[in-house]
Amino acid sequence: MTKETIHGYEAVIGLEVHVQIKTRSKIFTRVAAGYGFPPNSLTDPVVLALPGTLPVMNKAALDAIIKAGLLLGCEIAPVCKWDRKNYFYPDSPKNYQITQYDQPICVGGQVEIELPGPARNVMGEHKKVPLTRIHLEEDVGKLNHGATDSLVDYNRAGTPLMEIVSEPAMHSAEEAFAYLTSLRATMIFGGISDCDMEKGQLRCDANISIRPAGETKLGTKVELKNLNSISFVRDGIAHEIKRQVGVLERGGALVQETRDYDGHAGTSQSLRSKEMAHDYRYFPDPDLMPVEVDDAWKAKLRAECPELPFAKQRRFVDAYQLPYSLTSVLAWDRGLADYFEQAVRAAGPDRAVAVGNWIVNFFLREVGERKGSIEALAARVPPAAAAELVGMVQSGELLGNAVAQVSSAMFSDGAPPREVVEREGLSARSDAGELEQWCRDAIAANAKALAEFKGGKESAINAFKGPVMKAGKGKADPKRVDAMLRKLLAE
Amino acid sequence: MSSELHFKSIADLSGLLENRQVSSVELTTAVIGRTKAVDARVRAFNSFDESGALAQAAASDARRGAGKARGPLDGIPVGLKDVIAVANQPLTASSRMLANFVSPYDATVTVRLKDAGAVLWGRLNCDEFAMGSSTENSAFGPTANPWDLSRVPGGSSGGSSAALAAGEAIATLGSDTGGSIRQPAALCGVVGLKPTYGLVSRYGLVAFASSLDQIGPFARTVEDAAIVLSTIAGHDPHDSTSFKAAVPDYRAELKQRRGPWRLGIPQEYFGAGLDPEVNAAVQRAIAFYEARGCTIKEVSLPHTQYCLDTYYIIATAEASSNLARFDGVRYGHRSKDAKDAVDLYFKSRSEGFGAEVKRRIILGTYVLSSGYYDAYYLRAQKVRTLIRQDFLNAYREVDALLTPTSPAPAFKLGEKSDPLALYLCDIYTIGVNLAGLPAVSVPCGFTGGGLPIGLQLIGQPFQEAELLAIARGYEEGHEWGQRHPVL
Repeated sequence: MTKETIHGYEAVIGLEVHVQIKTRSKIFTRVAAGYGFPPNSLTDPVVLALPGTLPVMNKAALDAIIKAGLLLGCEIAPVCKWDRKNYFYPDSPKNYQITQYDQPICVGGQVEIELPGPARNVMGEHKKVPLTRIHLEEDVGKLNHGATDSLVDYNRAGTPLMEIVSEPAMHSAEEAFAYLTSLRATMIFGGISDCDMEKGQLRCDANISIRPAGETKLGTKVELKNLNSISFVRDGIAHEIKRQVGVLERGGALVQETRDYDGHAGTSQSLRSKEMAHDYRYFPDPDLMPVEVDDAWKAKLRAECPELPFAKQRRFVDAYQLPYSLTSVLAWDRGLADYFEQAVRAAGPDRAVAVGNWIVNFFLREVGERKGSIEALAARVPPAAAAELVGMVQSGELLGNAVAQVSSAMFSDGAPPREVVEREGLSARSDAGELEQWCRDAIAANAKALAEFKGGKESAINAFKGPVMKAGKGKADPKRVDAMLRKLLAE
Repeated sequence: MSSELHFKSIADLSGLLENRQVSSVELTTAVIGRTKAVDARVRAFNSFDESGALAQAAASDARRGAGKARGPLDGIPVGLKDVIAVANQPLTASSRMLANFVSPYDATVTVRLKDAGAVLWGRLNCDEFAMGSSTENSAFGPTANPWDLSRVPGGSSGGSSAALAAGEAIATLGSDTGGSIRQPAALCGVVGLKPTYGLVSRYGLVAFASSLDQIGPFARTVEDAAIVLSTIAGHDPHDSTSFKAAVPDYRAELKQRRGPWRLGIPQEYFGAGLDPEVNAAVQRAIAFYEARGCTIKEVSLPHTQYCLDTYYIIATAEASSNLARFDGVRYGHRSKDAKDAVDLYFKSRSEGFGAEVKRRIILGTYVLSSGYYDAYYLRAQKVRTLIRQDFLNAYREVDALLTPTSPAPAFKLGEKSDPLALYLCDIYTIGVNLAGLPAVSVPCGFTGGGLPIGLQLIGQPFQEAELLAIARGYEEGHEWGQRHPVL
């Protein structure tokens, strides 16, 4: 990897990302998983760790993590084995967490990332960030601290959680940002998680160290916590790198510690040092039998794996000759990409760029303005309607400057484009008689220009075009206007 | 045979109920009366719900009247060890920690007993969190042995064995982690069965050591144990360690299996420390089987000497983690003067747990600690595999093993104050838990002083039908189980 340096120091970054898996029920019991419910309403005897309760694994959670592993090129372990991580904390009902210690279900793999290009519409450098492992575990509850007491809400406890651990292989805040962007899209494409950071569905801790450029030994590691948005991850890492460089530049020494990043203030403070590290007393959970993951199971999940954004981008370039400015938008939303391809199928491959442009220029504008979801708007204006609209423009039936008006009408009431064009009288073909009249009117109204044109001043023809276009209200095709004017002026 | 209702077997009582010679309300009333008459001395019960039991009995009689009786357990009062959850009943584990805890849910065995129409009767005393061999570790005081009130009933399920022996229930359930059903059964002169690990769901059993715990029945006869086992056994989707297999009708199987059997006598179970009277009784049992045409073969379980150490590493390690949930945060004892979360843990747990529980938590925490895990826990698991292999090797030549259940009959209350001396009570029973095997203790005589002696038969995995048939083969020729203590 290319390495940027600050004052001769190179940063080394590894990320530990927790992703909540989107399952209907919790990982070890049947009670529903969810966000935004009244405190402690998503609990049952198992979640509350009442005496005598036992965990039973939710297969959907294992399916999801195996799928994540397959999408990221991990090796899938032949057996899913469970361990207990023992520690006392009030958000942990059993005072141990069921997790995977020495045998994670996914080993290795990588996340493909793209760094910012020289300009927004130019592709940046691609890299692969290697992964150490991905393992499955249960989420804990949430503490709410009051002035005199603390309350605990166990709704989140037992939500299936993946921990995705990267190798210490990133070297800048931008790389970390790109890593999270790509990882998040992978999870969303795979239907594994919605990755809404505000709801805690994706959480990130960063391990950061610096070393003199060229040095191969790792420096003293600082763990940065509470990076609550993708921007905070970038800002927090950048801040921490600067802080570490500052400490060394001033002749100080770094200590291995955990620091808490305050994204709003842009500052961090030490939470604990290494000396206070826990002994988690891991041991295999005797309540859960190891689960065998055979080839048939993996094959079934592999068949469900979707194409990921970067692969989609590459295919869109190869199959449809789309420019980067389109692929970098269309390929990063599964619904949008599917919509695009369905529309292209209806419109014909030679209209792919036109379809892509229409989606980016008009469909996405509607998404923004109407604040509707891609799915809802796609249902109102199906891909075939988009294809028809693009076809009408390409055949000259509809003029480019009328597309915005037609599109807006289609999204308003779901009417097919031809119906909108007819209803609003926008067809560029129905005005042969009208066009002649507008042109005659324009010529009649400007004797000066007529005289100039007749006198040999070719550019005087332009003086008639404005009024014609105005009279046509979007229906007048400039090419046909030009031809008609020449015909009439030649009379 | 005793004419008193409270000393009859399930098999006899179900006949009487079916023929309307007795009602469940009459039977339950008799058991309640007996309990009230003797339990001040036996102290088998932590609590009981008299009106609740009578309501269940009345419901059973109504079912029977409508022709909808549910089988041999319908209307029979069954007591549960106070580590098995019953919805809306106390669940104390005989600990101060859970002194005021009421379970909001039923254990799977509870659901199955209720579905079978059993009258759930009382919460039975035990060693705190099932840790002990004498029931002296109960936070609510020890249970006495009905055969000699100055002696222990065994443990940890001492309340279950004593209640049954004293006629305070018709059958009871206990849990067995290292002998906690079989040893008290032996010391109280009743039948006690520890099923194969995974045969009976652990859901709703307050966990001591997850990989060793099993729920099982105490009964007056092998046939009664078979009836209860048929009701509680079988796969449970709430317990991942429960075995997916069809459960036979163990009572019907008893009649099909008549032997002769090949019985192995593990030489390691007859060494130093075995009480001569116990040894003599067991030798007479061996001679009995031989006279009935069985093949007796001496076998060796060479890793037996490591059982106790292995057990106390694995059991305490699991216990240290299982008992972490008792923290005073969500339920259970909560210290009144804690300053913060950590202080709450320290104080609640210091106040809530008794000495033996603390000892085992500390031991278990130690053996799992970083730097010690490989030397203790991991090695113990390897030895455990060898111990299981010993048994499986023996089963190539024999159908079951025959041993004493306990090295000695019931000892005096307070006699064994050294924890290690108490741990030695389980020397013949813990190997079975480590190997995950089924084993049953059946009465095989009395000492000169009138104390019951138990015979242990150890079976092959999931071969309870054969094991019970072998036990029944002995029981048919003897009347030990039909004697009752005078209280």
